[in-house]
Amino acid sequence: MFYSSDHKGFPFFISLIIFLAAIDSPLFYWFKKIHPSFLLVKIMPSEKTQSIADRLDQLYEFDRETVAESKLQSIGNFIGMYAGEHVAGTEFVIGPLFVVHGVSARDLFLGLVAGNILAVLSWAFLCAPLAVRTRLTLYWQLRKICGPYLTAAYSIVNAIMFCFLAGAMIAVSATAVGLPLGMPMPGLADMLPNSVSWVLIVFVVGLAVTSLAILGFEKFAEFSKICSPWMFLVFVAAGLAVLPQLGCNSFGDFWKVANEKIWTGVPLAGKTKFTFWHIMFFAWFCNMAMHIGMADLSILRYARKWYYGFASAFGMFFGHFVAWICSGILCAAASGSVAPGPISYLGAGVAGPVCVVLAGWTTANPTLYRAGLGFQVATPNWKRWKVTLVAGLVTTLAACFPALVMKLLEFVALYGLILMPMGAVIFADFWILPRLGLKKNFAELTGASFSWAAGISWIVTLCVCLFLHLEIFFKGLPGWFIAVILYVLLSAWEQGRKKNKLAFAEATNA
Amino acid sequence: MRKLNITFSLLGLCLTVLPSLFVFYGLMTWKIHTQLMFAGMLLWFAFAPLWMRKRKI
Repeated sequence: MFYSSDHKGFPFFISLIIFLAAIDSPLFYWFKKIHPSFLLVKIMPSEKTQSIADRLDQLYEFDRETVAESKLQSIGNFIGMYAGEHVAGTEFVIGPLFVVHGVSARDLFLGLVAGNILAVLSWAFLCAPLAVRTRLTLYWQLRKICGPYLTAAYSIVNAIMFCFLAGAMIAVSATAVGLPLGMPMPGLADMLPNSVSWVLIVFVVGLAVTSLAILGFEKFAEFSKICSPWMFLVFVAAGLAVLPQLGCNSFGDFWKVANEKIWTGVPLAGKTKFTFWHIMFFAWFCNMAMHIGMADLSILRYARKWYYGFASAFGMFFGHFVAWICSGILCAAASGSVAPGPISYLGAGVAGPVCVVLAGWTTANPTLYRAGLGFQVATPNWKRWKVTLVAGLVTTLAACFPALVMKLLEFVALYGLILMPMGAVIFADFWILPRLGLKKNFAELTGASFSWAAGISWIVTLCVCLFLHLEIFFKGLPGWFIAVILYVLLSAWEQGRKKNKLAFAEATNA
Repeated sequence: MRKLNITFSLLGLCLTVLPSLFVFYGLMTWKIHTQLMFAGMLLWFAFAPLWMRKRKI
């Protein structure tokens, strides 16, 4: 183990951090601003008579209006936001998984450069131009196009994916918390819980994360922004510090060591070999739900100009380039171990596992909070805290299975793939339908509660992707074109079928 | 006061990353590097919250 007995102060240090977080310490001064009334955030209990659509509308009531001119933000805020958001706990897992999948150094570097550039272009040319024209959140944009019931279905699916994502964060944190306790770390082949101590620690971490998510997430989002510059430097420092253990003592040696000892091009037994294409598509699509899937409409609607979408480059190249490379180096130095806690300790001492805990915690909290928000639509008359508690329990149960971490690459790709078709629907509705003489925002125009064109496009695209003979990392690209074509054809059919209703709605509106 | 807070927190970041360079070039032991990183972490979290402004997004 990398944790040696001459570091007995470690458990004390972790306790100190938790203690400081729990009390009114100046170090965590923002915590005291969280008043119990915050639990009653914005949303009042739903009435029994309210429909799902009404309840969902209430949840997002505060974002209903388009962003006012005075609320627009400068590009600096977007740079900070993206740089912070993409240096998370999962970066400690993704870099090592590339190593165990036997990617070569050349394929890794070229793939990351190409994939990250494509991701930035997706933000800049697909998501941001639409965001600055509509200035609406994803929820309200979808509601105009798809109607409230399909939007509710999307919210629930999104919430389920958020639960699993938060579960991965909790599992990542658990590897750091369990380190000083001598917990057996889950291995690459472990899909089921490997020890009772693992389950217990996951439950303790899950309980902590759920409790804090119940308190509301805004203050923790603030805290995560404070953590991010430090976390990024921990990645860099840890990677640099272990290079001599691999025989690299100058930058001139790096490429040789990278090829011979880190990204050797030889996968571990039982793992598929990754090529340039795997890396490029993974780097491009790991945030597919955000750019092509349009979830970042909610963020970029605050941008003064569309080209603020290029600010995502700071997230991509700090988090998804430097951090993944550094965590890959750590994995090689740890002889192929992928458990984030031990490998971070190897490079950064006590600061490493603290970074892992904070990185997991600060990402899991808002994720779980958003999952609770999504589930609230399906739970009539439940208060927010109760929904978040149930979401937290589901998340914690999921986190007990190391498969969530060991198969993180596949899960992240699946997450993007499932939500992508709705981004394609938004794109087609805004840019293509008006050019074909069709109406955009058809559900809003006609007062329809469910858009069959969007619903069928979503489901059929996913079914086709399921049967495509491609690895999951590659399915997103054909899937996007399938969704766009299906939506345009089905919209033409739906709008033709409801011609009279549309004419009546237009006459009424006029 | 704000300048002092910024100075100490940036010192924290320097202590986080610079020692690793010395380890890389063989000028510092791993143990001292981790102790300095620990000190850098304490400095950052003690002083950064006092000056980092809230972002509105």
